Amino acid sequence: MSGKVMDEADVRRALTRISHEILERDRGIEGVVLVGIADRGDDLARRIAAEVERIEGAAVPVGVLDITFYRDDIGLTTEAPEVHETRIPFDVSGKTVVLVDDVLYTGRTIRAAMDALMDLGRPRKIQLAVLVDRGHRELPIRADYVGKNVPTSRADDVRVQIRELDGQDAVVVEEP
Amino acid sequence: MRGRFVFKGARVVDPTAGTDEVRDVWVDQGRIAAGPVEAAETIRAEGLVLAPGLVDLHAHLRQPGFEHKETIETGTRAAAVGGYTAVAAMANTDPVTDHAAIVHEVRDLAAAYGLCDVFPVGAITKGLAGESLAEMGEMVEAGVRMFSDDGNPVPTARLLRNALTYAKAFSAEVVLADHAEDGPLVAGGQMHEGAVASSLGLAGRPAEAEEIAVARDLAIARMTGGRLHLCHLSSARAVELVRRAKADGIRVTAEVTPHHLVFTHEDLVTYDTNLKMHPPVRTHEDREALRAGLADGTIDAVATDHAPHAVEEKEAEFDLSPPGTIGLETALAAVLTELVHPGILPLGRALEAMASAPARILGAGDHGGPIEVGRAANLVLVDLDREWTVEPPFTSKARNSAFTGRRLRGRVLATMLRGELTVANGKATR
Amino acid sequence: MNKHLLSMHDLTAEDVTRVLDTAASFREVGSRVIKKVPALRGRTVVNFFMENSTRTRISFELAAKRLSADVINFSAGGSSVSKGESLKDTALTLQAMGADAIVIRHSSSGSPLQLTRWVEGHVLNAGDGTHEHPTQGLLDLYTMREKLGRLEGLRVAIVGDVMHSRVARSLSFGLVKMGAEVTLVGPPTLIPPEAPEWGVHVGYDIDAVVPKLDVCYILRVQKERQRQEYFPSVREYARLFGLTRERAALLPEGSLVMHPGPMNRGIEIDSDVADLPTSVIEEQVTNGIAIRMALLYLLLGGSGEGEVA
Repeated sequence: MSGKVMDEADVRRALTRISHEILERDRGIEGVVLVGIADRGDDLARRIAAEVERIEGAAVPVGVLDITFYRDDIGLTTEAPEVHETRIPFDVSGKTVVLVDDVLYTGRTIRAAMDALMDLGRPRKIQLAVLVDRGHRELPIRADYVGKNVPTSRADDVRVQIRELDGQDAVVVEEP
Repeated sequence: MRGRFVFKGARVVDPTAGTDEVRDVWVDQGRIAAGPVEAAETIRAEGLVLAPGLVDLHAHLRQPGFEHKETIETGTRAAAVGGYTAVAAMANTDPVTDHAAIVHEVRDLAAAYGLCDVFPVGAITKGLAGESLAEMGEMVEAGVRMFSDDGNPVPTARLLRNALTYAKAFSAEVVLADHAEDGPLVAGGQMHEGAVASSLGLAGRPAEAEEIAVARDLAIARMTGGRLHLCHLSSARAVELVRRAKADGIRVTAEVTPHHLVFTHEDLVTYDTNLKMHPPVRTHEDREALRAGLADGTIDAVATDHAPHAVEEKEAEFDLSPPGTIGLETALAAVLTELVHPGILPLGRALEAMASAPARILGAGDHGGPIEVGRAANLVLVDLDREWTVEPPFTSKARNSAFTGRRLRGRVLATMLRGELTVANGKATR
Repeated sequence: MNKHLLSMHDLTAEDVTRVLDTAASFREVGSRVIKKVPALRGRTVVNFFMENSTRTRISFELAAKRLSADVINFSAGGSSVSKGESLKDTALTLQAMGADAIVIRHSSSGSPLQLTRWVEGHVLNAGDGTHEHPTQGLLDLYTMREKLGRLEGLRVAIVGDVMHSRVARSLSFGLVKMGAEVTLVGPPTLIPPEAPEWGVHVGYDIDAVVPKLDVCYILRVQKERQRQEYFPSVREYARLFGLTRERAALLPEGSLVMHPGPMNRGIEIDSDVADLPTSVIEEQVTNGIAIRMALLYLLLGGSGEGEVA
């Protein structure tokens, strides 16, 4: 499939649904924290946090996690991967950490994110929320909350655009 | 028959005679023969240049004492491969060549190898310590005609004056050669003082140090009437001082090395220890002045300052590495490539600077031409156009060549010492 | 980025920004409980320190360990020549240790560049003779940027023995590259005559310069060696060029006082000036580890052949 697979309205509805699902699964926001994976997961996490706050009337802590130092391909590329900011101004120990990312693909990013989280503390539980699951897992990783399942081939390019960074919300798939 | 050769169809370039013509040159029993001799071995020389064997005023053969760097055998073999039939061996050996016994030892060793004539240079001061005069008289009796403390500058005007004045006693005319650099001003310096040294974090040896030493030496030469020779000039100001001194009638001669004619301080940005030398290579302007000085005769001769060092000594940190480059094997090719072929220096002048002028300064009567009947057959045969890349291993024991990796155009094919081929087909014969 | 970091000239302005941005992330790692990330796990970093410097060596050692690399400390007592071993032989020994990166601190200018001819790993210059000390320059740039929010247009004076200071060279080159305005101040005998070619101003009157500065960077007076040839006494030096309390009071509000350490309190800088809040000397140390982690990460993290996913 090629072209825009999610438009602005689709993204909004998906994030709203995910927010409800988190509240339902975790029975409210007690002990729940959101950690977006830099850099697109950061804005998505904050939008989910805002939505959750709107629904529950109480704030949920949000942080951003850069997983570059935990990647499994450091030293294999010609340029060291670019580093982003990590800002988690709360303790993750004992919490239900909901990781938020834009696209779930091979699962390696999530593996790195979990290792990073473990170095920051001992979460009680880790869950994963993604806007798009494009398949082709290379590790035994799965998402708890999915905006949309988008079957792709490996050669396809899946791009998530978000308002804060790209001026609009959309998910676009491009065939080679 | 042995000892009989003919160089057939050679372009004979004879700087002393001032001729450049194609002819056959016959050699019999060590001398230039008048005409054809029977059963002579033919050396085809069409398209090749035949010139007087080159004479080097300045080489360090390192024996006795530093045989790990070079020996008289390997050094004279390297000289022969470079087209030299005579070499002046500097006195900074161990023990220092400051008395006749060492002079004899060096000369006899060279004679035994028979690859190149060696003219030992005597030290000016005992042990090169720069304090008291060495036994120059005894060394003159042993045949020495050039004295130098090279390695070191003569430290004071007073000492140079005494040495030049004392030298008047000898019936034979001697020349005192000075490594002209003001010692304290260059102490600790690693390369030419300037913007490059500053950004490389290396202490500098300013050109003024040479200017000061040369000015001092020229004044003393004028004062005493003695014969002064200035080693390895490196700066424009020094050339200018020599030009004026000669115009004033001061008895001074000067030399320049191939590396000072080719490299500048900008070549040192790689911290290449093979380019570390004293005095250092300097700016473009200095290099141009040296070239002009060589062309107009202000600088009389090209000398190699062949300075071999062991491989590990040169693979050390830049500031710990001893200065100097080898040069006997590359001198002629370097001058041809960088000066003669581009038209900066005529071939005749180049050969004068590398053969007849140094022979005259050194008093090496049998060398430097002219190529005429009866004279000793000390000759070099050169292919002006043969290209080659300078890379180790060399004929010299050492590998520290500033020209490593460079492509040169011009190659010695044969060298003849008193009628015997020391080099044939570009290789040493023994 | 280049394979090696030998000199500030190895970095473009973009590279410098990248290093400083990456260092900011490593500062954050340094604030965690577990100050360690697995980024360089399994890599070997050799600290080849021919010159005594516990501070810099520890800084590099911590940087490498916090990246989960293995660290080998190799310090020879004297120069390779004094041990009868060539620099090349020492290099080959380091190579045989499987060093992915060699951090070299040496008293001979140019030795890091010489090393690159004989080893396959990345070479980082931790200070060579009087040539350069690029990691110090970068950590100083980081401190300035963090405190003052920018580098472009900053008015910085570097005061003291510039002639023999590798720190002054690296910092000057780095500041000029990032668009700052640099003035070198000190006794004329200790400022290289060619310095204006580096794109800097030169001054001999510290009192004229101090009131117009964003950063006053004080160099260590080297009391060792034959410095008597360059200036008559430390007393006169302190009077003419030392950052006294009186002079420090003339610094504009919000400007920084910096020093690469170790300080000669009372000579180039008064004790109470060094302890003022405007002095960021302590932070320079903390930033050093982050910068060195950033450099190790950027050099070793980009040593492969593939594309970043």
